[in-house]
Amino acid sequence: MAAEGRVVGIDLGTTNSLVAYMEGDKPVVIPGVDGSNLVPSVVALDPMPKDGRPTVTVGNSARRTLVETPERVIYSVKRLMGRGLEEVQSELKFFPFRLADDVEAGEVPRIQLGEMRFTPPEISAYILRQLKRNAERFFGSPVTQAVITVPAYFNDAQRQATKDAGRMAGLEVLRLVNEPTAAALAYGLDRNKEGLIAVYDLGGGTFDISILKLRDGIFEVQSTNGDTHLGGDDIDNLLLSIALDEIHSEHGIDLRQHPGAVQALRKSAIDAKIRLSSEPVAQFDFELPNGDRYQREIPREVFEQLIEPVLNRTAGPCKQALVDAGITPEQIDEVVLVGGSTRIPAVRKLVEDLFHLTARDKKPHIELNPDEVVALGAAVQADILAGASATTEEMLLLDVTPLSLGIEALGGTVAKIIQRNSTIPASATEHFTTGVDGQTNVAIHVVQGERELAADCRSLARFDLKGIPPMTAGLPRIEVKFLIDADGILQVSAREQRSGQQAQIEVKPTYGLTDEQVETMILDSFDNAEADFAKRLLIEARNEADTILTKIEQARTNPAWAQLRGEEISTIDAARNHLAAVKSGEDASAIREATIALDKSTHRLAELMMDAAVTSAIRGKTMEQAGEDLDEDVSAPHPMAPAEFKTDSDDDGMALWT
Amino acid sequence: MLKVIDSAVPVPCWSCAVAHNESILFCPHCSKIQPPPGGDYFSVFSLVPKLDLDLGMLEHQFHKLSRKLHPDRFARASANEKDWSLADTALLNDAYRTLRDPIRRTEYLLKLQGAEIGEEHAGKDRKDPSRVPADLLEEAFDLNMQLEEMRMSKKMGDTDPQLQSDLEGAKKKYNDMLDGVDSDLRAQWQVWDNGDEPSRLEAQKKMVSLLDRRRYVNNLVRDVTETLA
Repeated sequence: MAAEGRVVGIDLGTTNSLVAYMEGDKPVVIPGVDGSNLVPSVVALDPMPKDGRPTVTVGNSARRTLVETPERVIYSVKRLMGRGLEEVQSELKFFPFRLADDVEAGEVPRIQLGEMRFTPPEISAYILRQLKRNAERFFGSPVTQAVITVPAYFNDAQRQATKDAGRMAGLEVLRLVNEPTAAALAYGLDRNKEGLIAVYDLGGGTFDISILKLRDGIFEVQSTNGDTHLGGDDIDNLLLSIALDEIHSEHGIDLRQHPGAVQALRKSAIDAKIRLSSEPVAQFDFELPNGDRYQREIPREVFEQLIEPVLNRTAGPCKQALVDAGITPEQIDEVVLVGGSTRIPAVRKLVEDLFHLTARDKKPHIELNPDEVVALGAAVQADILAGASATTEEMLLLDVTPLSLGIEALGGTVAKIIQRNSTIPASATEHFTTGVDGQTNVAIHVVQGERELAADCRSLARFDLKGIPPMTAGLPRIEVKFLIDADGILQVSAREQRSGQQAQIEVKPTYGLTDEQVETMILDSFDNAEADFAKRLLIEARNEADTILTKIEQARTNPAWAQLRGEEISTIDAARNHLAAVKSGEDASAIREATIALDKSTHRLAELMMDAAVTSAIRGKTMEQAGEDLDEDVSAPHPMAPAEFKTDSDDDGMALWT
Repeated sequence: MLKVIDSAVPVPCWSCAVAHNESILFCPHCSKIQPPPGGDYFSVFSLVPKLDLDLGMLEHQFHKLSRKLHPDRFARASANEKDWSLADTALLNDAYRTLRDPIRRTEYLLKLQGAEIGEEHAGKDRKDPSRVPADLLEEAFDLNMQLEEMRMSKKMGDTDPQLQSDLEGAKKKYNDMLDGVDSDLRAQWQVWDNGDEPSRLEAQKKMVSLLDRRRYVNNLVRDVTETLA
């Protein structure tokens, strides 16, 4: 395949985002500059915007600024995608960031970040651009096409917002794929399995359940359900609000007034949550601004009682999905677990109960890392779309629309025109007429949802059919075609049948950006230009070279340096001198090679430094990583950082169905 | 919502210009995808309208056509081909969804034949009260009284065990009635599929009233189930 023809798969997650591609017949995650597969979905505004254009950092480095400058950092922005003003307001209660003051009803809410204001798709675009750059750096060539995953239960506005974000980041979004479906693709890659699979996906902010039928390489979704407002964040918030209340009553300090401290406490809550997946008890030990300590022990039993209401909210959607697919729990052959929250033992127990697994001597599938499986599946779908690989040529995904599409009828009721769980693309044709003589406009209100009244459903858009030839009331016959495309996004076209005129449609999306707005938000219009790309690669390569050269100079004073053998030091010096020599040249790949060589030569030095600094030695670290870790408290993960997990699911082999 | 177009007029393929029958998804000559054909849902699967379908075959055909038509196969094709793939696949999916379900299939075929029928799947707001089957009028009235009583007593927090068992009995009765309607329908399928023109017309009439009855009984079952839940 030509290099420019590469299509990457992106998991744009609430907590972490990843980019993956097909390496031969196997999907692999592309690591970032720091060697990590996960890019935290955190965006921070740098202190001084240069030339009026925002300079932002994304990922781990953005996350580090969360405690010191919480007002310049945004995370979990996925929860705000495609949402209206009121929804965002209620959402923001738990977050340190706030709405811009001048936001008006009816426009896409903007978030205040330092002195700048951004819409949620713009924030997501920064994350996507980082992933795009990671992939470009990895391939050494531009990447312009991608598959992006979305929660299956995302509505039209949330999907459109995700697509807009892709466009702003300079990516042509070839397809939006539902996350649980992507996970099924990753699991189903190298087997000719037939049967019914349930994918239970509990992520940071969203919950999805999908039931699929596998046959002859066709992955046919039977039903899907979920809650776009349910996930690990809710568990964190529970722990956080208990801690805040206890601190308030026991120590008389209202931490809610200190956003930075709340973030530090949130980090402790997340650490405790993660520890409780492998330990019977976890401790809260938190230093308060006045020097007091808030200490608390959380036994797993108490934790499980606490989170039970949250977990039980996943049961309803699972049962509904089974009913909609017309099957009983026993008919499910396999259950796949996706999303970091499925590491919680109580979640696994719930899933085993819901699908009657224990009685049938079955276990849910966790062979693929639940943080990575969606991105891997996105890479598989990207390969299917690229259409050039024997591995995926027999595979095809048939997905469904999660919500019914309806039109507001007289009296505010909803006339459903496309039922939920219809295979997409799906279409419906409806006829409209006029109620008054000479009427030339007809207004149509399209909604998404299952409720009987339009007011209880999600408003998608209002269409104005214009330019209807004046006729007696009831005589015009306007045919409107509604089509949900393969991304789950609605398209509408209309025609007046008696005159044959194409009626004009003016679409006013209830929540969303216009095409023109998206155009003005495109991050870097020159991002894809070939010359510019080469320049960027060179700058990035030089920056990386500078970083490691600085680290080497610092390491010379480290006690570990003295433990190196003479020949080790001369190897490092030779690699250092070589890098210093090529660095000023114009050849980015030569600089990168020299950087990697120097990094390798410092492998043992890095280990010595780690051994000295940490009691629990972390193996296989390179100089660069060791140096980064030593800059901070090594034993404490960052806010929202996934801790090290000891599971048997982390090997990269794709185990067979049991 | 249906266009039944006489597909006798040949149209040239956009790609190779060889004329083909309009109700075709791919050019038989150059295999290129074609704009959505005007035929009915049956013709999408190269079937003549009939009611007793082999669902295994239908699924097999659906998968086979999906593999060729789906937008995933046209991600890098020309803009026109992309549009046609989208429209053709929507047609295929709509057709499959309608034909694989026995009730929707029957409703669809009757509509193709020009019958005026309600739609079972259209939701509560479209039910037509004028079509209550005469023999059910009285007992449906009584049942509704009982349902109302049940809802009230549930609200108060105490349920009459007699009422509870009456309603459970009613649920079973109407479920059995549904099964009866379904087997009557299947018998009429055979008449329609295999009969001559006059017996077909007769079968159509019977199916229209069977569907009305089914819709009505189905609503009763749904109301009882909801109230008991």
